[in-house]
Amino acid sequence: MARTLLRQSAGRQHHAGPLTYVLLGVAALFSLFPLYWNLVAASHSGERVVEAPAPLLPGPRLFDNLSFAWNQVDMGEALVNTTVVASLVALSTVLFATLAGFAFAKLRFKGRGALLTLVVATMTVPPQLSVIPLYRIITDLGWVDQLQSVVLPSLVAAFGVFFMRQYLVEALPVELVEAARMDGAHSLRIVWHVVFPVARPAMAVLGMLVFVQAWNDFFWPFIALTPDGSPTLQVALAGLGAGNHTVDQAVVLTGALISTVPLLLVFAVLGKHIVGGITAGAVKS
Amino acid sequence: MATSVRARNGGSSSPDAPPSPTPRPDAARSGSARRARLYRWDLKATPYLFVAPFFLTFAAFGLFPLLYTGWLSLNRVELGGDPRWKGLENYTDLATSEFFWNALANTFTIGLISTVPQLLMALGLAHLLNYRLRGRGFFRVAVLAPYATSIAAATLVFAQLFNTDYGLINSALGWVGFDPVDWEASKWPAQIAISTIVIWRWTGYNALIYLAAMQAVPQDLYEAAALDGASRWRQFLSVTIPSIRPTILFTVIVSTIGATQLFGEPMLYGGSVGISGGSGNQFQTLSLLMYEKGWVTGALGQASAIAWVMLLLLLLVGGVQSLVARSQRKKLGG
Repeated sequence: MARTLLRQSAGRQHHAGPLTYVLLGVAALFSLFPLYWNLVAASHSGERVVEAPAPLLPGPRLFDNLSFAWNQVDMGEALVNTTVVASLVALSTVLFATLAGFAFAKLRFKGRGALLTLVVATMTVPPQLSVIPLYRIITDLGWVDQLQSVVLPSLVAAFGVFFMRQYLVEALPVELVEAARMDGAHSLRIVWHVVFPVARPAMAVLGMLVFVQAWNDFFWPFIALTPDGSPTLQVALAGLGAGNHTVDQAVVLTGALISTVPLLLVFAVLGKHIVGGITAGAVKS
Repeated sequence: MATSVRARNGGSSSPDAPPSPTPRPDAARSGSARRARLYRWDLKATPYLFVAPFFLTFAAFGLFPLLYTGWLSLNRVELGGDPRWKGLENYTDLATSEFFWNALANTFTIGLISTVPQLLMALGLAHLLNYRLRGRGFFRVAVLAPYATSIAAATLVFAQLFNTDYGLINSALGWVGFDPVDWEASKWPAQIAISTIVIWRWTGYNALIYLAAMQAVPQDLYEAAALDGASRWRQFLSVTIPSIRPTILFTVIVSTIGATQLFGEPMLYGGSVGISGGSGNQFQTLSLLMYEKGWVTGALGQASAIAWVMLLLLLLVGGVQSLVARSQRKKLGG
């Protein structure tokens, strides 16, 4: 009796009953259905999508819609822009966040604690508080519709610094750093030969998270870029949705599909690592 | 630098180096002094160099604009024009503007109906995912899939699903015998629809955060509770929830910050009347009002005041939350 109780009590070891699978099935359906329906809508004509009741099964026009979205409304250019922006933001965030994270985790310097608190505090400042001056700055510099106006403010993020610090506090033995110093290695050498190899798993996870975030970012890109200039996918989609170019809902949703599928592929391939990264970043904070 | 010094010193004694006199002792001493100086400089300065990119970026694109927005909020500024001092007038104007109070109320209600169900569902979902499961990986990735979707893509899809005339949600309601709901023009249905988008995108993400916290709860707590005769539901309430309270607080704060800034979902959901938050401003949030003031009306001073009100709101919410957290800790400690 006691033994069965014990076995039941261990939440993690407990086997799921049928009800659990039913509920999880409902949750998975809730999560996946809109994505499935996006594909359905992108494979019908614009007239069919807005006909009651809306279609539930894929239609024949996926490739027509794709080529229209690609050629007529230039989702292709938006895709390239988004890839460039998200890659640059991810690369620079990972690099700078690792350097700062290493300093906060393992180097001693005056004001370390206060500066780290400041890093965390900046996470709560909403972007709305800076967009008006930023907009004036990029207008003065002639940077409206230039991708650097989206990349530069995102070169490094507080979340990334904090994430790398949390990882390196535990993952990097301070003896390793000191031994390298004894051998006469200067800081950049230590970063290259000691910190980067140790931090690589966390750098990969952070890179993915930041890439996803930059890919999907909306508020500031929507202000800094226009659908008719060189938009990111999200800005282009906003233009489509507001009926700038077309009110063909099938094309709008084909655009949405183009913006979603690359990330879904990343998730399908690296899903486990991303899940691990999200949970690692959150629990320690 | 230090290595190049070392390499030069090493090179002088290597066999294929050009013949050179043995280095004089004082030269060696000055070399090593330089090395020590470099070493000390390296030790002192590099930490600051390493954290500099973050603080420079933040100063240029975060702090300076933040303060400048505060200054603008005390002025009358048109797009492209020069500021003129107005004192607190922008703020008193807000206090008497029904649009401001409407946007504030909408931000609050949409925030509430998107955050509360989302976190409760995430808790339940995490509990389910914590069982020993077949296809665990599939379920985890499936509930996280919406996180891969952008605000724009998700909103455009849901705007179709919620369409009053042909959307699948009204069709489904019709199949079970309900009248179609006006998900656009009616206030509460529109706010619920917008909240659904937020809930859809973030529930799985929060569930995974909770799951990780739950897996860190020591097993013997459950064993002790089970020996005391606690049911699984009781264990969930009395062991799991208190153990992951810091994580819950973390998600509440993050969701509150997100809810205060809600912009893309209501804007794109509203289509051509998105910026005003629907034909009767029924889902205009503070961010939308700020954008409308700043970029449609061109009143940047007013827009700046709204931005600063948002910051004050967040500080207020943060203060209340930390008070609640402290009183709870005291209760537990006492």
